[in-house]
Amino acid sequence: MSALLEVDGLRTCFPSSAGALPVVDDVSFSLGRGETLALVGESGSGKSITALSLLRLVPKPGRVTAGAVRLDGRDLLPLSVGEIRRVRGRRIAMIFQEPMTCLNPVLRVGDQVIEAIRLHERVSVSEARERTRTLFVEVGIPDPEERLSAYPHQLSGGLKQRVMIAMALSTRPEMLIADEPTTALDVTVQAQILELLRKLQRERDTAILLITHDLGIVNELADRVAVMYAGRLVEVAPREALFSDPLHPYTQGLLRSIPGLARPGERLPEIPGVVPPPDQWPTGCRFATRCPKRFDPCADIQPEEIEPARERRVWCHEVERMLAIEGAR
Amino acid sequence: MSASAPEPLLRVVDLQTWYPIRAGLMRRTVGWVQAATDVSLELQAGRTLALVGESGCGKSTVGRSILCLERPQRGEIFFEGRDLLKQSRAGLREARRHLQIVFQDPMASLDPRMRIGDQIAEGVRSFGIVETEREQRIRIGEMLERVQLDPKSMDRYPHEFSGGQRQRICIARALAVDPKLIVCDESVSALDVSIQAQILNLLLDLQQELGLAYLFITHDLSVVRHLAHEVAVMYLGRIVEQGPTERLFEHPAHPYTRSLLAAIPSIDPARRGSAPPVRGDVPSPSHPPEGCHFHPRCPEVMDRCRRERPELYPVEQGCSRCFLSEPGRSD
Repeated sequence: MSALLEVDGLRTCFPSSAGALPVVDDVSFSLGRGETLALVGESGSGKSITALSLLRLVPKPGRVTAGAVRLDGRDLLPLSVGEIRRVRGRRIAMIFQEPMTCLNPVLRVGDQVIEAIRLHERVSVSEARERTRTLFVEVGIPDPEERLSAYPHQLSGGLKQRVMIAMALSTRPEMLIADEPTTALDVTVQAQILELLRKLQRERDTAILLITHDLGIVNELADRVAVMYAGRLVEVAPREALFSDPLHPYTQGLLRSIPGLARPGERLPEIPGVVPPPDQWPTGCRFATRCPKRFDPCADIQPEEIEPARERRVWCHEVERMLAIEGAR
Repeated sequence: MSASAPEPLLRVVDLQTWYPIRAGLMRRTVGWVQAATDVSLELQAGRTLALVGESGCGKSTVGRSILCLERPQRGEIFFEGRDLLKQSRAGLREARRHLQIVFQDPMASLDPRMRIGDQIAEGVRSFGIVETEREQRIRIGEMLERVQLDPKSMDRYPHEFSGGQRQRICIARALAVDPKLIVCDESVSALDVSIQAQILNLLLDLQQELGLAYLFITHDLSVVRHLAHEVAVMYLGRIVEQGPTERLFEHPAHPYTRSLLAAIPSIDPARRGSAPPVRGDVPSPSHPPEGCHFHPRCPEVMDRCRRERPELYPVEQGCSRCFLSEPGRSD
């Protein structure tokens, strides 16, 4: 079965005094129907810009300069503005971290969802209203009839995020991009929203591209995981394999630095240093400046993609070397 | 006071901080945001107490009240044996000297137009810790070294540093006046996980070297487990459970603590989606529910919880504000 979405060699650049900086560089992944792929990374890793690039929403002066984004085999990058608009919202919907940035504060939330439906489909107001009410029930909004006429500020953060999800689902998209959907929420409300996303996926078979920095949420929701560092992918793996046997030194460092695993009161294993800014990225592996396993080629030569196992991809000289030693035995 | 229980470094007794809601032409008080009610805490020197809860639970209000940045209506706050709420202006300045705070967003608490060395020096100068310009520069250099920053960077401005480095600067500024207690209000919450680990390690190191006590205010329970000796869980302005970290995480007594712990996303690949999440949202602290504040969301709610308000009952190591923990119950 072919993938719903295929991203191939995506590169997005921002101009700077030092020339065009590729903040997303040679990123390739695929997403199957009904699958959840998590794109994880720390701030500055390029995960959000990757997501925006898919829908051609990169803020100016940024620009996608290479690659292809194929939805059902059709590349979205060369589409006209009118054509890409029909993809956005209708086939691929997006939810963001802060629902208030997407909801209009002076319109009733019900009317906003009704408007979204009528923008994409020719239906009467009363029909759109009925569908909105059904959606509100589906995303677990209590007293849906009453909430239809509420203004955004009258709703809690969790309810606003539910309205956003209802709006995103209103056109029955095949794919949902969720950019840090629970980061602004309290932990008990976050658990509710994660549960909701799981339920919707089960019932609607929607593919989800989950953008997050939180590996706990990745474990809760994802089928596969792609780890980004400084604009590039470093490792792609099924969820269980990534958490039980991470291969890239960056993935290993990330998982170890989460307080849950270390013994209380002991120093946490830390990744030294900080993510360098894009104009100071090393020419070789971008993690080379902080990597505990760095050796000769790392600083100068970019590691190639290797497949150490089925469905696993990793970009690392050290992993390549270890595999070569094992293979020679 | 017996010899076995020395006066704690910090002792908060029945603190109540409410904010008035004013309306109308005369700005009359029409209601109260009940941010913190009946909060009692103790913290020994060199120890870490975590104050945890979701947004609006009043944890930051308690932290700010302890520093006298808010004016509580009731209660006592003893720091080094002195009641901070009964001090004159001058007395408060002196009494509060060993009490510092580090906030969540370093960019908001650093002055963007001031060299970081000068910002660290402000407290040092105002308490007369150093006498000459030269001593001052040495002191600032020492503080920067202590937080693992280059002393030569003291003449640079905040924007020249990364988020993690800025938080180190805020910690250096707090350290410069020889504090005994630092209130950390979500101090690592905005940081990336690899940077968060660095700052947590720094805080652990400083506690060992300098015998600092921390009041660690956070919503992130995984950090709490790693760092805190004791935990107090707050919900809608009240402490609902308190106890040593290990006991609280292994045998939580209050249903809210259990819900909170179950809601933390785990990174154990074998564990996911295990517990059904608690329903509903946190109600508004200006209209808290009758009876037990948690009853509308509680999975173990009883009739009584809707009418009566539970007290803090002693449980094995600590206390819990739940009728299920009431002494004399058979189960």
